[in-house]
Amino acid sequence: MSYERGAIEKSGEQRDQTGAKYGMWFFLFTEILFFGGMFILYSVFRAKYTQDFHLAAGEENLLLGSLNTAVLLTSSLSIALSISALKKENYRLSVQLQTATVLMGLIFLVIKYFEWTAKISKGIYPDSPVLLKMSAGQILFFGLYYVMTGLHGLHVLIGIVVISFMIYFTKTGNVTSGNFSKLENTGLYWHFVDIVWIYLFPLFYLIT
Amino acid sequence: MQGETEKSDHIVPYGTYVNVWIALMLLLAATIAVAKVEFSKYSVFANLLIASLKAGLVLFFFMHLKYEKWVLKAMLFMVIATLTAVIALFFADVMFR
Repeated sequence: MSYERGAIEKSGEQRDQTGAKYGMWFFLFTEILFFGGMFILYSVFRAKYTQDFHLAAGEENLLLGSLNTAVLLTSSLSIALSISALKKENYRLSVQLQTATVLMGLIFLVIKYFEWTAKISKGIYPDSPVLLKMSAGQILFFGLYYVMTGLHGLHVLIGIVVISFMIYFTKTGNVTSGNFSKLENTGLYWHFVDIVWIYLFPLFYLIT
Repeated sequence: MQGETEKSDHIVPYGTYVNVWIALMLLLAATIAVAKVEFSKYSVFANLLIASLKAGLVLFFFMHLKYEKWVLKAMLFMVIATLTAVIALFFADVMFR
């Protein structure tokens, strides 16, 4: 009986929960480098066009950005709590907390939608006539804004879909206190998406 | 079967997570306050420092890094070190071109 192995269920089925978790972490390492590339672009262009970035960031809605940060941080709490609840075999609470996480993810995307449409209605979107008249630095700022928040939003959307599956799995007994890898890995992913936003928030909304 | 579960499988109490969340909210308030105060070179540094504190809290508690073996911590460190090195080299290239 190896200490490394995860809990063995009554069925006798063996699971390597540690291996599953490390696999998820390896995926997250690639995600760090994926978003990292864009953060490098942001910082280099920001250093080059400091004044333009300062001007363009004035367009951002600090209230909505702060609200979204609070929503995402709270959703990270609820998914973390849902895993503790699952391990304590409080499945009802776990499902409720997972549902709350999905709802907060949706709220995040709705707020993001309002932010984007407000900008688009002002004529600020990639390749728009209004944007093309702006300085090179401002074009870069909004380009990076749309790409980075867009890819982050896509990650949130994927997270919502995956957590929805976890709710189903928890309800049907596929995810249990002895077989929690799927939910745990989903949690890791969701927290990672939260961390990306933790950095996007100051870069686009605060350091104006 | 109790002995089968490893250290990282242990259940984090609800209270720990709630405390971390409270700390995250306070840091959020702090970072907004820093940004509202007059803009300076230091506010960029302060905001990124606060962001890193928040990311650290999420990593160590929500993502259980605190309870993981050193191997995983070392691997994550290498990834972050690689990214930092690439950023430094990138800046060196842009600045001294």
